[in-house]
Amino acid sequence: MESIIIEIEHLKKSFGSNKVLTDINLQVKKGESVAILGKSGTGKSVLIKCLVGLLEADKGSIGILGKNISDLDENGLNEIRKKIGFLFQSAALYDSLTVRENLEFPLRNFPPKSEDELNAIVLEALQNVNLKEAIDKMPSELSGGMRKRVGLARSLILKPEIMFYDEPTTGLDPITSKEISRLILEMQRKYNTTSIIITHDVECARIASNRMVVIDDGVCIAEGTFKELSKSENKNVKAFFE
Amino acid sequence: MHGKMKQLSTTDHIKSLRGRGSAVLKGFFMAVSQLTDFVLRFFKELFKPPYEFSEFAKQSYLIGNKSFLLVAITAFIMGLVLTIQSRPVLVEFGAESWLPSMVAVSIVREIGPVITALIFAGKVGSGIGAELASMRVTEQIDAMEVSGINPFKYIVVTRILSTTLMLPLLVIFADAIAIYGSYFGVNLKESVSFHLFFLQVFQKLDFTDVFPAFIKTFFFGFSIGLIGCYIGYNANTGTEGVGKAANSAVVFGSLMVFLVDMIAVQITSLFT
Ligand SMILES: Nc1ncnc2c1ncn2[C@@H]1O[C@H](COP(=O)(O)OP(=O)(O)OP(=O)(O)O)[C@@H](O)[C@H]1O
Ligand SMILES: [Mg+2]
Repeated sequence: MESIIIEIEHLKKSFGSNKVLTDINLQVKKGESVAILGKSGTGKSVLIKCLVGLLEADKGSIGILGKNISDLDENGLNEIRKKIGFLFQSAALYDSLTVRENLEFPLRNFPPKSEDELNAIVLEALQNVNLKEAIDKMPSELSGGMRKRVGLARSLILKPEIMFYDEPTTGLDPITSKEISRLILEMQRKYNTTSIIITHDVECARIASNRMVVIDDGVCIAEGTFKELSKSENKNVKAFFE
Repeated sequence: MHGKMKQLSTTDHIKSLRGRGSAVLKGFFMAVSQLTDFVLRFFKELFKPPYEFSEFAKQSYLIGNKSFLLVAITAFIMGLVLTIQSRPVLVEFGAESWLPSMVAVSIVREIGPVITALIFAGKVGSGIGAELASMRVTEQIDAMEVSGINPFKYIVVTRILSTTLMLPLLVIFADAIAIYGSYFGVNLKESVSFHLFFLQVFQKLDFTDVFPAFIKTFFFGFSIGLIGCYIGYNANTGTEGVGKAANSAVVFGSLMVFLVDMIAVQITSLFT
């Protein structure tokens, strides 16, 4: 079963006179894990926000699970979003809620049958990221790496078919970065998700993805496996592998 | 940049000023239309289930709790000072016995609602502006949207509703404390019994003093919540956005209080 579940064609997005994305094309097959590399400010976050409908693309089409994102109304969009997990660049934990409440939040629309079941789901999610002891802490009491891990647990709590990670390892030390990258890989295998990982950390891309795409100046400039890209002659691609 | 400015001729200068003026005007009308959309959206989402009761209750509690003490202290001082300041004038006219009722009328009609609303704008309005702006900047609002929960309903509607309902309660409370402060002020110079004082207060206080003043506090609360939410919800990304949002929330929230007050006075005077 090698069906394509994410399909981006000629995606274009600008903010006023600032042309961020000019022509992005990408296809992701089921079960695949694609890393998107690019310099800071090339519009990686913009791209991934277009994919979930947080930003509206100017031109081009985005198909996810066979549906065209720009054609969907709010209900349709929510229907798709149910199947998507999103790890934000800043983890985006709700400051006023405890870790437990943060994890329970996405379940509001799909309440489990009993309090016990809810508890079990939350505990399992925290167990996955080895943070059981933080359950009653506030986000402000956590370190950057812990926040990312809680964010990861929260985005996986509905067992999504598709995962988007926005720079999961940025701002973390190399050891924690590696830990998070491994965690992503592990979750991918455990729940069999299809993922897009945005990053400028080649190491993370190497560990957690099986295909890589480099974007620069609003277009994809290279595509391939880690091995293929590391031999690339293009200086913008090479820069990542030095 | 500085050197370039100097080389501008006078006509250029006027042109650039006019350009800036029209940009400001354009920005103003843009903001008004966006704010109108925001209000319409509020009413649309307000009546659409599911209702976020627990978040509304939590916000109301937090808002009340946060401003309770500050309002109490200010109200007491307000009543006390107003009494002390008014006394000499009344003494001059030999109308000292009017002191309690005069102070009570000015507190209930105007000073109580407006001062409480201004404090509310400074404390709660700015808090809402900063909180929402930081939620915007740190992508919390986006995260909510992605997980299928309507952030406008969950964050904005509950907060505006809370400020709308909590400010009137705080004003009633503030009026009571201010009148008590006035009693204290009266007793600095003469000794009036608690009973007599309140008899004098309620003698002059009638429905037309209390009712319009009470109604307008709902609008004060609504405007403060609205401005705080609007500014925070639409804050620029970047950390300086948070401070700016808090600041604008206070400035425009207070301004709105005076605007609403002016309109309220006009409307009340039509009926009395
Ligand atoms: N909401 C917005 N309004 C206006 N401009 C925006 C907005 N979001 C992003 N931009 C602009 O789009 C460009 C790309 O931003 P983006 O956040 O996607 O970069 P990025 O590739 O994710 O960088 P980083 O690696 O630093 O996260 C930037 O120039 C930014 O100023
Ligand atoms: Mg980014």
